[in-house]
Amino acid sequence: MRDAPLRIGLVYPELLGTYGDRGNALVLAQRCRWRGIPAEIVEVAAGDPVPATLDCYLLGGGEDDPQHLAAAGLRASRASLVRAHEEGAVVFAVCAGFQLLGHSYVAADGTVLDGIGLVDARTTAGPTRLIGEVVVEPDAPLPLLTGFENHGGRTTLGPGVRPLGRVRAGGGNGDGSGTDGARADRLVATYLHGPVLPRNPALADHLLAEVLGPLPPLDSVWEERLRAERLAAGSRTGLARWWQQRRLARG
Amino acid sequence: MPTPPRTRSRRGTGRSDVTATGSSGRTRVAVRAGAAAGWLSRITGRGAGATISGRVINRIAPDALAELGRGLRITLVSATNGKTTTTRLLTAAVRTRATPVATNHTGANLTSGLAPVLAAARRPGLAVLEVDERVLPRVVDPLAAELLVLGNLSRDQLDRFGEVHAVAAAWRRVAEAHPDLHVVANASDPHVVHAAGPARTTWVRLGLRWRADAATCPVCAALLDWGTRFACPACGFAEPDTPHRLDGDTLVLDGERVPLRLGLPGRWNLDNAALAVAAAVLHHGVDPAVAAAAVGSVDTVAGRYMTVPLADGRRARVLLAKNPAGWSEVLEWARAEGRPAVIAVNARVADGTDPSWLWDVPYELRRGLPTVAAGDRSLDVAVRLRYAEVDHTVEPDPRRAALALPGDEPVLVCSYTQFAALYHRFGTSDA
Repeated sequence: MRDAPLRIGLVYPELLGTYGDRGNALVLAQRCRWRGIPAEIVEVAAGDPVPATLDCYLLGGGEDDPQHLAAAGLRASRASLVRAHEEGAVVFAVCAGFQLLGHSYVAADGTVLDGIGLVDARTTAGPTRLIGEVVVEPDAPLPLLTGFENHGGRTTLGPGVRPLGRVRAGGGNGDGSGTDGARADRLVATYLHGPVLPRNPALADHLLAEVLGPLPPLDSVWEERLRAERLAAGSRTGLARWWQQRRLARG
Repeated sequence: MPTPPRTRSRRGTGRSDVTATGSSGRTRVAVRAGAAAGWLSRITGRGAGATISGRVINRIAPDALAELGRGLRITLVSATNGKTTTTRLLTAAVRTRATPVATNHTGANLTSGLAPVLAAARRPGLAVLEVDERVLPRVVDPLAAELLVLGNLSRDQLDRFGEVHAVAAAWRRVAEAHPDLHVVANASDPHVVHAAGPARTTWVRLGLRWRADAATCPVCAALLDWGTRFACPACGFAEPDTPHRLDGDTLVLDGERVPLRLGLPGRWNLDNAALAVAAAVLHHGVDPAVAAAAVGSVDTVAGRYMTVPLADGRRARVLLAKNPAGWSEVLEWARAEGRPAVIAVNARVADGTDPSWLWDVPYELRRGLPTVAAGDRSLDVAVRLRYAEVDHTVEPDPRRAALALPGDEPVLVCSYTQFAALYHRFGTSDA
């Protein structure tokens, strides 16, 4: 067992924390502590450089102006983040954080916001916001994931990365590919918030295991009940959306 | 204390000669049709009925609000949190000096809620009206409002209403169009300061405890400095200087100290009271001590802080919390009072269907206090409390949940739709 605490970086929470994103950091930290593994949450304040010495980097969702500031900060800290990831740290990004890990984000007015290119993905602003419950089916061994999305981005993955999973209900990447997010070694990006880790304890443990190695199981009865409830709600949403589209198609 | 001159004319029409019964047939039909549409929307479960009824009224009689507002000197109160309470407190203060004062005391704050209140108002007279923060820009002109009272702006129902910046920008366009309009506003909220800046604004420094939505400058998007007051290092935008401020539980108006002794709990209600008393004194010319006494006599506001019966004969105290800023305030208060509490969260359309804000709220404040997770989303609350390491039980029904709590008067903290159901069932018309 490691002596030094697991250092979980919450990157720019004032800028990238619109949708309860702090919850993801809390879930990772507590699931370590409950297993007897010391863990601490390190908040990287906006304006500060991102240190290369953390074990996990969490990037959350944000509104437009804060996203621009966050992008500037991340570009300045790109080398640290890339080095930390190459040397074994886990990167987990949601929504705006996902977009900033990609190459670029093209806003509705055509302005281009450069990301850091850690993920082979490009995002453009879509005509509508995708809002509602989402169900995503990732590759094994991860189980079905539940989340809530609220974003206008349409993200297309390049050949250098695979999606987190197929969308069973909701929008996800929204580019017509039927997928959500991106996945690589020690990296998960997604449009699911809610926040997503309290709703999907298996995904939280997957991220932790990529740093810590195999973990003993943890009682997650309430998380699993919540997950089952939300998966059912997401399926209902999916059915309602499908029915609406069918009626529209038939005129 | 000087009362600012009231400079806005009302489209040149005489106002005292128009009475409620004198409103046109078209307007009366529009108000009734709007109410009917709202009722249909509610009973068919399509929504809370407020938006549709406003649309119906505007469609049938586009001038309905202008006509209904004639003969009334109108104050509009808006904010993300505290608008119902501030309206109630301001009405109490203004009534000590002027009658009649019409008001939408039940919190019906969209066009459809305003219309019947205005139609029934006696005139000439005053009206103090709570207005939804997204509706405000649409009603200032038709109602020819003479005063706006603006509290705070923070995240609320992001899935329905979008981001805080958009609301502030819409408010600012109103201020830009009316540089002579008198506004009494919170000097400590960057969004409000940006919005009200172009108008003739009297600032009241209240302090801002929820800062998660005010990290960046509303003018230039740089990161704001938060010392004792906010300031932008890039463009110079900063908290305005003002001789009016809240100092603990004392309101200071131009150096005169006005102690606030409230019948309502919590630090947030001192903010509401300070804004109400400042508006009553500085705009409506009410004596400060008289205004403070009137405000202090209010102990329930449209069901907020009422008690409801429990099956075992006890009563539970009901508090409404709709968003993370409101929840944080209520939890601080319940912690200081050591109160057992039900945390009841719904996520229906009128609540916002995305309760991810649960993770922005410091539920850790419940540690060591008896707590029950309740509401449609009791499982989300239960998981949040688990990660906050708060011992709790789970029971979806809020009143049944309260039965499990010790104490003479457990607290029932509710999101909007549960609160509305409790108020509908147990509220009295005056509460």
